[in-house]
Amino acid sequence: MPDALLKVESINVWRGASQVLNDVSLSVGQGEIVALLGGNGAGKTSTLSTISGLLRPKSGSITFAGESGPVSLTSLRPENIVKLGIAHCPEGRQVFGGLSVMENLRMGAYLRHDDQIGADVEHYFELFPILRERADLKAGQLSGGEQMMLALTRALMSRPRLLMLDEPSLGLAPQVIDQIFDRIEEIRAQGTTVFLVEQNAAMALEVADRAYVIENGKITISGNASELAEDPSVREAYLGIETTQATGAEIPPMETSS
Amino acid sequence: MSAYVLQQLINGLVLGSMYALVAVGFSMIYSIVRLINFAHGDVAMIGAFSTFLVFAAAGLPLWVIVPATLAVGAAVAAIIEFLVFRPQRQAPQVNGFITSLGVSILIQNVGILLLSAQPRSVRLPGLLRTNHDFFGARVTTLDILIVAATLISLLVLTLFVKRTRLGIAMRATSENVSAAQLMGIPVNRVITAAFAVGGALAGLAGLMWGGRYGQIDPLMGFVPGLKAFVAAVIGGVGSLAGAALGGYLLGMAEIMIVGMLPSEYGSYRDAFVFGLLILVLLVMPNGLLGKPAEERA
Repeated sequence: MPDALLKVESINVWRGASQVLNDVSLSVGQGEIVALLGGNGAGKTSTLSTISGLLRPKSGSITFAGESGPVSLTSLRPENIVKLGIAHCPEGRQVFGGLSVMENLRMGAYLRHDDQIGADVEHYFELFPILRERADLKAGQLSGGEQMMLALTRALMSRPRLLMLDEPSLGLAPQVIDQIFDRIEEIRAQGTTVFLVEQNAAMALEVADRAYVIENGKITISGNASELAEDPSVREAYLGIETTQATGAEIPPMETSS
Repeated sequence: MSAYVLQQLINGLVLGSMYALVAVGFSMIYSIVRLINFAHGDVAMIGAFSTFLVFAAAGLPLWVIVPATLAVGAAVAAIIEFLVFRPQRQAPQVNGFITSLGVSILIQNVGILLLSAQPRSVRLPGLLRTNHDFFGARVTTLDILIVAATLISLLVLTLFVKRTRLGIAMRATSENVSAAQLMGIPVNRVITAAFAVGGALAGLAGLMWGGRYGQIDPLMGFVPGLKAFVAAVIGGVGSLAGAALGGYLLGMAEIMIVGMLPSEYGSYRDAFVFGLLILVLLVMPNGLLGKPAEERA
């Protein structure tokens, strides 16, 4: 594994009275695509929210290799975590529906003060021509796939070094999922590290270098993506019926039995 | 149109302007933190007192008094937000509502303690009471300034919310706080800014109110604050355009009711105002310009 860009060590996180993450440790290396797989309620979103500062761990540490040395994230406010170069594209896209596509992109670049913002917008409009056509429409009027492209672009507008994606395939048609995952591979090729949270294990393992499996707030399996794709317990729980493999069809939610 | 009706329309426009200014700030604060801020009218009162007891008493000219009052309103609202509302940001909505009532009562009573409840006669400097004849109706320079300043404020506010980075961030935060945080928007600062903008407008309304009616007292903010709440609800809470529209409608309706009915009904003006609120909400539960989505949030 290359040098770690993000290192999560033994974090314990509560939401109210219930513990959602139990001694979770993982790392994301510079330039990797790392996937975090799990079913509904397994703790995937909580992991991302803790890294981006929306949730605070009760114990454990999160370290990011900032441009001027390692930084502990656990006491930083979300905006300072974004400033370090971490972008979090949240579950269910969460574009600002009442704002235009252009305004959404401006908000993605909120902390930037350079003169390249317009050029970046132009660059992403080349990648996603549909966004240029929709630039002045309210984001709420876009289709699910278009909103995902917008959410992805909005996250990239902060020029992150680490891009965290929470279930980008959720509720999208297979062709759109393919398109989004192609973009994810391109983003990595351009030097951005990607931490990908997915229920769609087949798609995620196809693009990822390494992966972790989370169940009931605990990391249960970790390894190279190709190994995990062959792992019998992963195949059984997440890849399920062979026919869903690589088609991008939604994997049924895993049961979170206690 | 008779000069009498024209006179009433002008009076309604002036009253409506002041309601609109308070209502817009009220609605802005609601839309961003879902807080029904009953202390908002008291910020207008503090604005009025600082105008007349401090700035006008110091002999400052009007072009200094107005920005100074805006600054006082903004500062007072921002301080209230920081000290009182921010610590309970995560608490249920009803806590903020009760707290705002408490803050309102506290401000009024501290005002009575320090300044006495006795209304004071006040007057703005300059030739603002000059009468002009407008097709038989009587208009003062102050009336014209009130309407013009309100329209300019509403225009500037609209441009601010639509065009500026901070304005767009306010709309983003009002829609989805956690997504806004993930963009790096410092939501606490954005919320403070929304209170400050609303407070500045309330302070300006306080200045206008004192100037127009010639007296101020520590309880003067309460009823206009309540009416601004009604105006915001009629317009659709959370919608700035709705709040402005509601303010004008309410001011107009109030003056018409008082002006057109026999004078013995004049003292029921507030009853009519709240009756109007109930009527509008029966027909349009989300107000005139409100969206059902904002109701759910």
